[in-house]
Amino acid sequence: MRRVAWILVVLLAALPARAQTVDPADPLGSVMWTTVRDAVFPGAAMVFDDHVQVFSPPVVEDTMNVPVSVLVNGLPDVEEIVLLVDHNPIFKALAFFPVQAAPAFETVIKVQEATPIRAAARTSDGVWHVGGLRVDAAGGGCTVASVAASGGDWDRLNEVSGTAWRRPDGGQRLRFQVVHPMDTGLVDGIPPFFIERLSVATPEGQELARLELFEPVSENPVFTIDLRGHAGSVVIGGADTDANQIAARIGMASTLFGLLEASR
Amino acid sequence: MRALLSLVFLVWTATAAHAADLSYALTPRLIAPGTYIVEGRREHFSRDNGGNIVNTAFIVTAAGVVIIDTGPSALYGRELRAAIGQVTPLPVVKVVNTHHHPDHFLGNQAFADIGVAASATTAGIIARDGQSLTENLYRLNGDWMRGTEPQAPTGRLEGGVEEIGGHRLRWLLLAGHTAADVALFDQTTGVLFTADLVFKDRAPTTPDADIAAWLAALDVLEALPFRILVPGHGNEATDAAPIAQTRAWLGWLDSTLGAAAAQGLSRTEAMQLPIPADFSALALARDEFQRSVVHLYPTLEAGALQRVVGPK
Ligand SMILES: [Zn+2]
Repeated sequence: MRRVAWILVVLLAALPARAQTVDPADPLGSVMWTTVRDAVFPGAAMVFDDHVQVFSPPVVEDTMNVPVSVLVNGLPDVEEIVLLVDHNPIFKALAFFPVQAAPAFETVIKVQEATPIRAAARTSDGVWHVGGLRVDAAGGGCTVASVAASGGDWDRLNEVSGTAWRRPDGGQRLRFQVVHPMDTGLVDGIPPFFIERLSVATPEGQELARLELFEPVSENPVFTIDLRGHAGSVVIGGADTDANQIAARIGMASTLFGLLEASR
Repeated sequence: MRALLSLVFLVWTATAAHAADLSYALTPRLIAPGTYIVEGRREHFSRDNGGNIVNTAFIVTAAGVVIIDTGPSALYGRELRAAIGQVTPLPVVKVVNTHHHPDHFLGNQAFADIGVAASATTAGIIARDGQSLTENLYRLNGDWMRGTEPQAPTGRLEGGVEEIGGHRLRWLLLAGHTAADVALFDQTTGVLFTADLVFKDRAPTTPDADIAAWLAALDVLEALPFRILVPGHGNEATDAAPIAQTRAWLGWLDSTLGAAAAQGLSRTEAMQLPIPADFSALALARDEFQRSVVHLYPTLEAGALQRVVGPK
């Protein structure tokens, strides 16, 4: 039910898009882009830039669970990366502040059919560098989109599962999942209820990375972050829109992150 | 501008004309005495193929026709029934849905007067998810789906040997590709219909897969003394090679994704892992591998992420 209403809202939101103009510089030629741009970056300097890479499976089967990764390669001093979905009623999925992490992350989001997914990286000079790709959400055919896995039982609300892997470069790969319904508030009778902020810090309280989340992030989201120059325990902190706190400590990495490096 | 408009008009009229006379042009092919395969393409669902990406099959017995799966749409079901009518004047006496994937049951409307049988599990899933699965195929196949509605099987298929018109049919209730997969071994002709437990030269799909159960089902199938194997997708074979191929893919998938999750790869990184050259014969290998990461990785990575509590 949650899903049906989400799609309805998405469809309604997409209607006025026909009146919009396409930015000729937009490599994805999206009718929604100028609207997204003006809503998210009013008056800011912005360039399309191949240094900002977004990866997601080109054909999406489960619109409630779309893995998306962002990698900013070769841009100095990236202070913030926002993830945007042109054809969602809420464009912004999250903002990632790398602080001491690599300018790269993966998470899982909700989308609707055939939408550009973008990442915009803000460098220290204030310029937003935008990259992205288009996904087709009509794929598969044999899958029924997932519904609340927990069936509304949130005994484990805000519980964290996570592991750190030691990276050959001296940093560490951090992957963690937070138990949360991430309700959009777009469904009658279900108010918005989602994780608003997450932080990764040293046990001494030094911030290593920070995330601001919005409604399009999936239920029970999983995050992947690479910390630079820190190999040791980290503390995950945060809060949701009802001010429920998130607090967990992930032990020092023991196993080596590999396979991908080895295979490339 | 005028050129663009006339191009749009041309495309529109061509599409409209196309929609009026869609036909799958099904051509049953004789593979054993009284036994026919209606082979689909090794592709994804599309408006071009109308969902004809699946094999259906039928056996003409002395007592009438037994049909294995009904295809992706009402139109397919009607064309299948008409094609059978060209082969034999005998009536259809039994129609089976092997599992709940929509390319295998959405032709059921054409056999409403006879009734369709399936395992209790499959019938239950179709009754529950049939509408959503049908909507998926409308999106993917377009006009070919016109008039198609899900019809849950009402007959219960039991495992064991059944004699129909001189054919000793052994129904095997297995699982792994989905929660319930039916295979049929015709002991009279030696033809084994595996449905989607076996794919040939096309990467297996895993949206509802349980790899361990699937591998066990392949062992059961391989032990049968068959002469011809009809897979769910891909052409028939006279040996167990398609079983070995399916087993090799599933085994690689399982071990590769398990190792990736244990070593901290993200989902999208796992999707980009190299596919061994041994699988170059499999159509859609990269696409299906990426889909399988979406299907299988969340469970595997949950196993690699440790539950943690508040800071200590
Ligand atoms: Zn199937």
